[in-house]
Formats: sequence, C-alpha cells, structure tokens
Amino acid sequence: MALHTLLLEVVDVEPRRGEVGGGGGRPHGTRGVPESLRPPPFEDFLEANRTAVYRFLLASAGPDADDCFQETFLSALRAYPRLRDESNLRAWALAIATRKVIDSARSRARRPVPVEDVGEAASSADPAPVDANDPLWQALRTLPPRQRAAVAHRFVLDLSYAEIAAALGGSEEAARANVYQGLKKLRERMGNDDAFEE
Amino acid sequence: MPSRNSGRRAGGTAAEAVAVALRAMTSDAAAGSRRAASRIGDAADAAGLVDIAYGTVDTPIGALLVAVSRRGVTRVAFEEEIGDTVIELSDDTTMRVLRSARGTDEVRRQLEEYFGGRRHEFDVSVDWSELHGFTRKVLRETARIPFGSVLTYREVAGRAGNSRAMRAAGNALHANPVPIVVPCHRVIRTGGGLGGYGGRLDRKEALLRMEGSLL
Repeated sequence: MALHTLLLEVVDVEPRRGEVGGGGGRPHGTRGVPESLRPPPFEDFLEANRTAVYRFLLASAGPDADDCFQETFLSALRAYPRLRDESNLRAWALAIATRKVIDSARSRARRPVPVEDVGEAASSADPAPVDANDPLWQALRTLPPRQRAAVAHRFVLDLSYAEIAAALGGSEEAARANVYQGLKKLRERMGNDDAFEE
Repeated sequence: MPSRNSGRRAGGTAAEAVAVALRAMTSDAAAGSRRAASRIGDAADAAGLVDIAYGTVDTPIGALLVAVSRRGVTRVAFEEEIGDTVIELSDDTTMRVLRSARGTDEVRRQLEEYFGGRRHEFDVSVDWSELHGFTRKVLRETARIPFGSVLTYREVAGRAGNSRAMRAAGNALHANPVPIVVPCHRVIRTGGGLGGYGGRLDRKEALLRMEGSLL
C-alpha cells in the first residue's frame, strides 16, 4: 500500500515548469540523492519494461494496446524527473498501464465507438496489435476493465496477488476476487463460443 | 488452434486453458513493444516532454550524434564518441533525454545540407548555458568565423580578449561541445600548421578541404 500511495502521487503530479530545463542553468536535481536511489535513465527504464507492459496491454486493451502503451510511458516520462525511489519501477510502470486500461475503457464507453474505430483503422499505418474480431478479445472485452486487467496480470505476467493488488490499487482480497470473477466470466464466454470448440 | 485447446483436453483447469490462450494472444509482445517503444521519443517531443532530444546523421566524416536541449544544440559528437555521449547526457535523470527524429530534425537537415555543399552557415541556436568565462568567449568568436576562412589560435585568443592566452584558447577549442556547428576546425597554427582537433586531425583536414581552405 505504501508503494501504491507513492505511485499515485508521482503519476498525478506534473513537474513544475522551470524545474526541468526551464529557467537559468541546467538543473541538477539528482546530485544530492544517493547513487543507489537514483532511477536509471528513462530510456533504460523503457527498454527494461516495454515488453512486460506491452504483453499486459495486448491482453487487457487489445486493439488499443499501442495507444495505451504510449500514454503509459508518456505519463511515466512526465513524472520521471521527480522520481526518487528506484525500488520497483516495473510495478510502477504496470500500475500506470493498469490505470490507462481502466481510463481507456471508461472513455470508450462514453463515445460512439463504431465511427471512430473505422477512422483509426484507416489512418493508422500499422495493423492493430490485436484484431478487434479475435474471438478471445471479443470475450475479454466484455469483462469489466478491472477484472480484465487482473486476469491479464495473473495469467499473462504471472503476478502474485500482492503485485496485482498494487497494480490495481486495492486489497489483495479484491485482487483475488477480480481474478476469480474475470476468469469465471471468460470461461463462460469461451465455452459458449464456437470459435473455442473444435 | 491446437494450443488453445490442449490445456483443456489434457485435463487442465479453467485457469490453465485461459493462460494458454492468453499467452498465444500476447506471444508477439517483444517485437510489438520494440515498435511501440521506438515511437515514444517523437510522441514525447510533440508533447513537450523532452529536455534533450538526440539523433544521428550520416556524413562523409562518419556518423554524428546531435543533441538538442530546450535552448538549442548542446552536443555534436563524432562516431566513436556517440555511446559515451548518450550515457553522459542521460546521467542526470532530472533531464529527460530521448532519441527523437522530430526533436533533432532541423539540425540534422542543416548538417546534411552543409556536407552536401548546399549550406555555408548554420541557422540554429546553440545552448551556451554550460559554457563560461574565457571558453565561452573563445567559442563565441569561433562561431563568427565564416565558411572558407580560418583564424590562428592567437587571433581567436585576441578576439576573445587576451591574445597571449593561446594555450587556453586551444583548450577551449579542444573542449568544444558542438564541433562543426561552432567551427573550431577553422582555427589553425600561425605558421599554417593544422594544430589539433578533438575529433581526430584527419577530420579537421577533410572539413577544411571541403570548405576550400586547404588545397
């Protein structure tokens, strides 16, 4: 819980203008911080965590994985100069990604989906990371986003319930319940769908 | 579809079947994330989140690294210095240092024009904020030497305010963080000797030849 409090604080706070590359003289904010507590350069953090984050997003955001990936790392970048505690950057990245999945599901629910989907598909040079018609994604997208995220954390990344709780921002019991409910619904949908039968 | 069903047929639990199906769905994550990660620098630059953008440009004297801060060009490094320079720039993690084609577009384009013989003057701002005292004066004066002409170390030292400080002028030029853009190669010895160059003497020679200052 302490970690999560720190994460939310860091993610939400925009570094003040002038503190970073703004006014006179190059700032050296990390100078006073012991070497061991300094985070690595941002590009090293990105390289070390990109695959886990993307793997999680493929299962939890499906066709929106690329958008969520970009938003995740731009949020991380926004907070990065203020970051001090290097202890668990992977958990931090996954907590941000989880929130992007939940936010993206909310905003998607509020807007007329079909028109925008066509526009995005037509303008994007790359194919969607997950086909919107993929039967597994069709089953996953019917789950509430917290359950979908919990299932992805558990079965794609093999996270412990404590880690899932940290990513979701709740108790371990709630994480367990989200995984259980999500799994149950997913099995029902997969069981009722011919695409999953031979 | 065999992988999705094998868990179940083998008597696996619901969880195993789901795990197998999800792993198949996400198996391409390494390649996909590399593609997605390569776009972060430009997206961050567009969002104003980059403090130092860097990129490379291929030239007849080898690849060059260019780094651009919010104030202007802050570093130009020769091929063999690129790796160390990126590490050095990234060391202060309060600075957001990212590779970005977008953030380095203008200076890369001008360098290509210069090496293609289509540009004699750089029209970019230089980040002078880390340069101080005599070094700054020497490099400021050096920046004014036009394409096709040269000055001696003594002359540059004089213009910077102390014609006897030739050695100090030489040190300042040797430590020039933005070679080519600030043309320290246009400073030579009084007798016509080339003097030194931080980025290897053959490069100084090639640049002066290109500018017609050396036959």
